Amino acid sequence: APVIAAYRRPRERRPAEARARPGADATAIMPAVSKGDGMRGLAVFISDIRNCKSKEAEIKRINKELANIRSKFKGDKALDGYSKKKYVCKLLFIFLLGHDIDFGHMEAVNLLSSNKYTEKQIGYLFISVLVNSNSELIRLINNAIKNDLASRNPTFMCLALHCIANVGSREMGEAFAADIPRILVAGDSMDSVKQSAALCLLRLYKASPDLVPMGEWTARVVHLLNDQHMGVVTAAVSLITCLCKKNPDDFKTCVSLAVSRLSRIVSSASTDLQDYTYYFVPAPWLSVKLLRLLQCYPPPEDAAVKGRLVECLETVLNKAQEPPKSKKVQHSNAKNAILFETISLIIHYDSEPNLLVRACNQLGQFLQHRETNLRYLALESMCTLASSEFSHEAVKTHIDTVINALKTERDVSVRQRAADLLYAMCDRSNAKQIVSEMLRYLETADYAIREEIVLKVAILAEKYAVDYSWYVDTILNLIRIAGDYVSEEVWYRVLQIVTNRDDVQGYAAKTVFEALQAPACHENMVKVGGYILGEFGNLIAGDPRSSPPVQFSLLHSKFHLCSVATRALLLSTYIKFINLFPETKATIQGVLRAGSQLRNADVELQQRAVEYLTLSSVASTDVLATVLEEMPPFPERESSILAKLKRKKGPGAGSALDDSRRDPSSHDINGGVEPTPSTVSTPSPSADLLGLRAAPPPAAPPAPSGAGNLLVDVFSDSPAAQPGLGPSPEEAFLRFVCRNNGVLFENQLLQIGVKSEFRQNLGRMYLFYGNKTSVQFQNFSPTVVHPGDLQTHILSAWPSPAPPGLPVDGGAQVQQVLNIECLRDFLTPPLLSVRFRYGGAPQSLTLKLPVTINKFFQPTEMAAQDFFQRWKQLSLPQQEAQKIFKANHPMDAEVTKAKLLGFGSALLDNVDPNPENFVGAGIIQTKALQVGCLLRLEPNAQAQMYRLTLRTSKEPVSRHLCELLAQQF
Amino acid sequence: MRFMLLFSRQGKLRLQKWYLATSDKERKKMVRELMQVVLARKPKMCSFLEWRDLKVVYKRYASLYFCCAIEGQDNELITLELIHRYVELLDKYFGSVCELDIIFNFEKAYFILDEFLMGGDVQDTSKKSVLKAIEQADLLQEVRVRDKGALNRSFFFFPGVFPFFKTHTHTQSLCC
Repeated sequence: APVIAAYRRPRERRPAEARARPGADATAIMPAVSKGDGMRGLAVFISDIRNCKSKEAEIKRINKELANIRSKFKGDKALDGYSKKKYVCKLLFIFLLGHDIDFGHMEAVNLLSSNKYTEKQIGYLFISVLVNSNSELIRLINNAIKNDLASRNPTFMCLALHCIANVGSREMGEAFAADIPRILVAGDSMDSVKQSAALCLLRLYKASPDLVPMGEWTARVVHLLNDQHMGVVTAAVSLITCLCKKNPDDFKTCVSLAVSRLSRIVSSASTDLQDYTYYFVPAPWLSVKLLRLLQCYPPPEDAAVKGRLVECLETVLNKAQEPPKSKKVQHSNAKNAILFETISLIIHYDSEPNLLVRACNQLGQFLQHRETNLRYLALESMCTLASSEFSHEAVKTHIDTVINALKTERDVSVRQRAADLLYAMCDRSNAKQIVSEMLRYLETADYAIREEIVLKVAILAEKYAVDYSWYVDTILNLIRIAGDYVSEEVWYRVLQIVTNRDDVQGYAAKTVFEALQAPACHENMVKVGGYILGEFGNLIAGDPRSSPPVQFSLLHSKFHLCSVATRALLLSTYIKFINLFPETKATIQGVLRAGSQLRNADVELQQRAVEYLTLSSVASTDVLATVLEEMPPFPERESSILAKLKRKKGPGAGSALDDSRRDPSSHDINGGVEPTPSTVSTPSPSADLLGLRAAPPPAAPPAPSGAGNLLVDVFSDSPAAQPGLGPSPEEAFLRFVCRNNGVLFENQLLQIGVKSEFRQNLGRMYLFYGNKTSVQFQNFSPTVVHPGDLQTHILSAWPSPAPPGLPVDGGAQVQQVLNIECLRDFLTPPLLSVRFRYGGAPQSLTLKLPVTINKFFQPTEMAAQDFFQRWKQLSLPQQEAQKIFKANHPMDAEVTKAKLLGFGSALLDNVDPNPENFVGAGIIQTKALQVGCLLRLEPNAQAQMYRLTLRTSKEPVSRHLCELLAQQF
Repeated sequence: MRFMLLFSRQGKLRLQKWYLATSDKERKKMVRELMQVVLARKPKMCSFLEWRDLKVVYKRYASLYFCCAIEGQDNELITLELIHRYVELLDKYFGSVCELDIIFNFEKAYFILDEFLMGGDVQDTSKKSVLKAIEQADLLQEVRVRDKGALNRSFFFFPGVFPFFKTHTHTQSLCC
């Protein structure tokens, strides 16, 4: 009561009614300013600023004040503490208004050593807000902090700890990280100091974990969970939650302590915890934090602990059904905060079907709640529930409500959650309904989320297509409704699928033909239509309504309205028509010959017109048929649309796609395309859709960019394409994935050998070039090129004994050294380009250097328990990559072991319950980051198959490692 | 929590607290962008939104928006109540707090926030504990203030210096 009285006092000083009543006389309200310590000059200054009518006036007033303060600070008369505090506070105010402050730091530092609390406090506030990395100053600040920490005055200690936490710089970490744990666990520290120390340490740990030494204090920190003082527990839980993520074993005991603390709170009456009860909810912040801590661990193994925890979780779920103890929104928010965190924990465990279904029902109730916030959170939370096999079906029952939300919610962020949830709950059984609802929504959807909806529809349509005509219809609908938002990836994909599935080609041709009849159709439709008719127009040519001349004139009617890229594509379609329908040859040649094509200002269009025209005139029918043959099937890769969605959305976006465990039958259609052997010699593992660009299409380059000289390539022999001896370069490259030495390339002229070693993120590679002939190679220059963005990922330099361009004598060998530094994770290896002249003829070849991301593996040993825990922590769908594949080599356990060790990971024995399986762990070291990797290889000797699963903390790495390793067995 | 902002309906920043080192330029950019997003939202809309890679939780009290940026795993509802608890603390300290209190006593608003949150985490949720810490400071201070009356009087020297009062927005109590 006295405390409250103390706070009533200031209020009494000013007439309460004056504040409540609008329009009251301004002067009557002034005492508001005098709360606490009044700094009159400051208040006057603030009101002056507020009176300024213009920005200029404000700046003028501020400059005047700055000049005044400067002169005061520089003056001969020593300022007293109060004045110093006042001026420092004014400077702070000016800074917070958004102006630059370049002096006053020293005066603020002086305040730190004042023994008057408020002066010290203002000094610390100034330092916290305006910290300057001036090293001289930091030393002084640290000195003042050191003194306050040693003062044994709890208020001063807290101020100092706050300052460290607010600044949180590395210098401060270095100065104090070792002291704070001591203060935290010291028996004589006051509770308030312990609280501040715990959070201060947390802040330092987040900024620079390496500075915080683990030690015997960690055990004592865990026991703070038992502390009498709720505030201490609240602060300590945050610290433990962060620390245990990196050192789960050191903090294991926190699980049972957290469970018992939680259980005591959950079962306490609403008034037991006094001031820690918030609107009749006992300790909501602490409860939420404890539940979050528990999410760092798997379910407790101890049956008693687990029983107690399940009881807690059930109690929370039960309480949600009880009538509210208060009508205030604060009561229900606090209660539901705990409920949502409980549901998160249940989802994290993913092992209690009963609780999962109860959670789902509870969220189902919230879906129709009148509070927008609750509907939003329920939609969000259900998204994760949808990916659990136990609750997927339960989530599906709410489909109508969710569809309704998509249609009727007034807030776009809620509608977006609804769209996410529909995507997550989609499976074979409801795909048609969900896709058609999303299409309908797309017509009115906010511009901000259209592209995402388009991607989602495209993915669902492909993934759950039972018949491909439905798929084609859906994508064409997408283009029709939201053509502007249909990215290249989406329309490339439909072309790939149509090309690879001959059962849908006729339907696709008919459908695009009909779609093109629309008077105004989107340019993307013209692209898809042009490509499909160029390939498969013959399948509908029998119908007089879509005879070849009709098809051509339909396409050509769109030609003039289209962009250069589309017109280039249409020209390719025309030349394909000449092959498919000889009767259109004359008309098309006429079009190509027209001045608007042959002399087009755009070089790409002009080149195509000229070359196609010549090709059609000089080539025989046979040659034409060969050159313009139907496109070969595209090699299967991960859907680039999915990759794009993941890029857009980050974690969680792909959840619906990784449901093979609950719907094994979806596997056959999964990619939409039968896997076909790659026709590309060096498939780029990058995920953009690119078979289109990488494969050499005979004459119809559908992606015009960069395809300008394609025809030239077709007619000339590539000099590097001379057959080599032994394995193809691609095979040789793959052999190096699991080893470091060997022959990378050999043909009649040249042999290239490699020796390499890697440590951490560094590597050194020796390349040996042997001239196998008796004749000198001239201008021998091997260079390393980084395709694409690799340069930023790998750094290499070579102080080579044979500078590029020197001759290499017959029978001689020269050596080149490459120093390699892995800057960050990368997918494509660097290329080695070798050029020389042999007997006057230029020779050139380009090889992939055997530098793959796994070279930077550092094996990690761990016990079974750690392995499974980490495995569980990497449970986001996109963190995992899996491949099931046929064995290409005899399945020998010893060989497999050697390969896995060569791959770089540690092999862990006694981890997998099945001794036939292999389990490994390692860390990929790059300069920018470390990527933890876990792998599991399950051989099935009977089926002659393997299943390989990779989990890493970085999504592209999982996929890439999985691909690399799968090719080794 | 990554940061907390208090700004007025007119887009004036009243308080900013950053819990992760951010450059001054980046701060200004983020503040401008986020204010625009939040101020454009309608009253009945949801208090949560996704912004950049963060979740934003905001609530409007009278003329002031309280806005917290939290990370993916953080609990939205408890953050909403954290804002409310901070408003309660301000209210208890100032006595039916209004925007004007925060403008003129910005340093106090920072002190109270520091007692409540540290490094973006809740330090103590008990109103009593937090206010006790602030009260101690004031008690230490009371001794020091030479002439309390001067403070009250000072404003009578400047009658009518607050033309903005005609709009009343700044004196509206945040808590109802």
